[in-house]
Amino acid sequence: MIHKHQVLIIGGGIAGMGAAIEAKEAGLDVIVVSLTHPVRSHSTCAQGGINAALGNHPEGKDDSWEKHAYDTVKGSDFLADQDAVELMCKEAIPRVYEIEHWGASFSRYEDGRIAQRPFGGAAFPRTAYIADKTGHQIMHVMYQRSVKLGIPIVYDRLVFKLARNEDRVTGAIALNLITGELEAYQADVVMIATGGYGRVYANTTNSINNTGLGMVLAYRAGVPLQDMEFVQFHPTTLVGTNILMTEGARGEGGYLRNRLGERFMKRYAPEKMELAPRDIVARAIWTEVLEGRGFPGNYVHLDLTHLGKEKIMERLPQIRELALDFLGIDMIYDPIPVQPGQHYSMGGIAANKKTETPLSGLYAAGECSCVSVHGANRLGGNSLLETAVFGKIGGKEMVKFIQEKGPHNDEESVRKALEEAKQEVEELLNKDGDEDLFELMRELRETMKEYVFVFRDEKGLKTALDKIENIKKRYKNIKIKTKTRHYNLELERAISLGAMIEIAEAITYGALYRKEFRGAHYRTDYPKRDDKNFLHHTLLYRQGWDKLPKIGKKPVVITKWQPVERKY
Amino acid sequence: MDADKLNKEYEFTIKIKRYDPQVDKAPYWKDYKVKITASTTLLDTLFKIMEEQDPSISLRYNCRSAVCGSCAMLINGKHGLACKTKPAELGTSVIKVEPLPYLPVIKDLVVNMDPFFEKLRAIKPYMITDEANWPEKEFRQSPANHRAVDQYAGCILCGACYSSCITVWTDKNYLGPAALTQAYRFVIDERDIATKERLKLVDSEDGVYRCHTSFNCVEACPKGIKPTDAIQGLKRKIAVQKIKSLLRIG
Ligand SMILES: Cc1cc2nc3c(=O)[nH]c(=O)nc-3n(C[C@H](O)[C@H](O)[C@H](O)COP(=O)(O)OP(=O)(O)OC[C@H]3O[C@@H](n4cnc5c(N)ncnc54)[C@H](O)[C@@H]3O)c2cc1C
Ligand code: SF4
Ligand code: FES
Repeated sequence: MIHKHQVLIIGGGIAGMGAAIEAKEAGLDVIVVSLTHPVRSHSTCAQGGINAALGNHPEGKDDSWEKHAYDTVKGSDFLADQDAVELMCKEAIPRVYEIEHWGASFSRYEDGRIAQRPFGGAAFPRTAYIADKTGHQIMHVMYQRSVKLGIPIVYDRLVFKLARNEDRVTGAIALNLITGELEAYQADVVMIATGGYGRVYANTTNSINNTGLGMVLAYRAGVPLQDMEFVQFHPTTLVGTNILMTEGARGEGGYLRNRLGERFMKRYAPEKMELAPRDIVARAIWTEVLEGRGFPGNYVHLDLTHLGKEKIMERLPQIRELALDFLGIDMIYDPIPVQPGQHYSMGGIAANKKTETPLSGLYAAGECSCVSVHGANRLGGNSLLETAVFGKIGGKEMVKFIQEKGPHNDEESVRKALEEAKQEVEELLNKDGDEDLFELMRELRETMKEYVFVFRDEKGLKTALDKIENIKKRYKNIKIKTKTRHYNLELERAISLGAMIEIAEAITYGALYRKEFRGAHYRTDYPKRDDKNFLHHTLLYRQGWDKLPKIGKKPVVITKWQPVERKY
Repeated sequence: MDADKLNKEYEFTIKIKRYDPQVDKAPYWKDYKVKITASTTLLDTLFKIMEEQDPSISLRYNCRSAVCGSCAMLINGKHGLACKTKPAELGTSVIKVEPLPYLPVIKDLVVNMDPFFEKLRAIKPYMITDEANWPEKEFRQSPANHRAVDQYAGCILCGACYSSCITVWTDKNYLGPAALTQAYRFVIDERDIATKERLKLVDSEDGVYRCHTSFNCVEACPKGIKPTDAIQGLKRKIAVQKIKSLLRIG
């Protein structure tokens, strides 16, 4: 049987739910098909807040969306598309109010207005927050709104293939984990909103399901991936588990100290200090570690002990509990050992500011997409914002698309995709080689951590690429031990690993191509920004499983701000 | 931090209640011996077992930081999140892991949460406001009200309280602690305008009066939420509402 709907949303995070709400409110027949229930999405982990120039903070009176836009562009090291950034920062204000009207109980000032806190790389305190549980609450509010509107949601579904014809996308195929059967969805428009790929790295703050499979859906259907070399490493993740300690901790006044007790940021960003953008702080920490001023075990201290119990309990209760649970350290009394860890995917499915991809009828929003509002480095608090703003815009655009283009009746292409998908799964289930699936995954993730981290060079990147190609070959020879279909997580992991390999390859290949230093991409062998040769987005076109992608370029949209040197 | 001490491994026996309704006649226990450190979580322990011994085990997970609500289960007879529980802190080297009781088992540790979410939907779990007249900016909400709401809005919908509640087990229509807690979350939110309607929804045989305050839910909640406080709060609000309507003032 083929499930037919007008709008198919793949992924129930903040971006996907935002799009679903918008399309449903316009009266369309929408379905959300997701691996996890919406409230279990990675969005729920976001801690620190969401940016909007509300001007509520006493020091933020002169803030404006234009200033927010400039901070974002500068933070992006001038790689973001400025028209998209302007749109996002302008829409931020009504969007945050709307989410508040839907029920988000933001932290407040005495007069009842939404409170705002300082965040890295921002000229004014403009991050609205709900203690350190901002994502959790916004995600729940999106789900609540969907309940009000009666949006159908199915979960425990791993979407792993798109259906398309010559002209447009026609649907998608999901593995229903509960039954183990494949399901075909036909739709007039499809949105991918599957989040980031953090799990490609061994040291990541991301949730376990963030494998990047959603990006690969589009990639395999002929849509290019954009700016994959730009990976954000968050400066402050718990040593060992890499669980996030929000930037809000520094926003509230936390210090970073090395083994000598120095606030070393004075050497790297004398003005902004701990509140410099993430790429700069992450590199600073790693430099301290490499030059021997870190602690044994490769970390520095995040010191909040001067903030006092009351402030920590009111503003940062969740990360206090996490540090207690995972390291047994109480940040009220002791500094927390932190190190940089993979955190965010600036790159993703190539999309424009309407969230359209080059494939007609296919949209992408949220972390899986590259619109590009973050360019070479994302500012903290801008990602929840991106999901919230572009999810909604995507919803609107899909409504327009259906009005203009109407339905397609190409059931045939969906059937064909279903048949191919069936064969792929059959093949995987019959795999009886001698490579261990989990071992390959470990090797892949360690390779990325080792060679495609904060500091990169040609030698390391080539080593990484060799290792990835080797893993790719061995992947064909894995063994699947669990042959039953019912909630078969080994099968799910096997499908996801295939995608993770392609993502790792794309990141590494992009990083090899980009011979410059820009934002989060630092090449020690090319340590300068090179606007002459690289002020453009990188596009990667898939050429097949056995071949490296083809590289294309896309110009950066510059509206107001010519690139200048980036200092903090 | 003492690296040797941190990396020292201890052996545990993890007993997992396995059940694939499509294949097995009845649930059965399977034992796995595994070496882990003092700081390894139960979730990571289960992954280690899957990776090294038996990949056929099924469970739900995502955030591994106690916020997505996926991994609630019964651990040595007590409700908990696998990602927040450390075997080494349980005081025994044999650990029994079972799916959330009362909810139908899909496979092994994965249960069907539909009944739980259905009851949540029944209490209208969304803020009700006068949408035609939204203010241009935010609704004003006092910091005190925000804090009051926040106590309950921190719920991760993990289902632990629901599955621990004896009344839920015996009365299939009872709304249960999580749904009632969320009802209270909206009742006390000063921006919500549907208090009367909400109180009516829970003022029933299947609502607040079924709660026998046995506090299982409070003990089960991994986020320190006290559903019984919320339920008592609802009862008080209902009483006040009744007096108000008698006096015709509300
Ligand atoms: C620990 C942490 C803290 C953060 N804090 C902040 C912050 O304070 N401020 C900020 O702005 N940003 C923050 N971020 C970033 C931000 O949380 C994410 O970028 C954002 O939530 C992504 O939302 P999304 O809707 O794009 O995707 P997600 O929330 O990841 O949702 C993806 C959805 O897709 C589903 N899915 C995935 N793959 C498939 C598939 N193959 N088939 C079907 N469904 C699928 C998933 O189940 C999920 O429902 C943080 C990130 C992390 C890791
Ligand atoms: S109240 Fe606590 S136990 Fe119940 S669903 Fe919410 S978080 Fe889980
Ligand atoms: S994995 Fe999210 S709560 Fe345990």
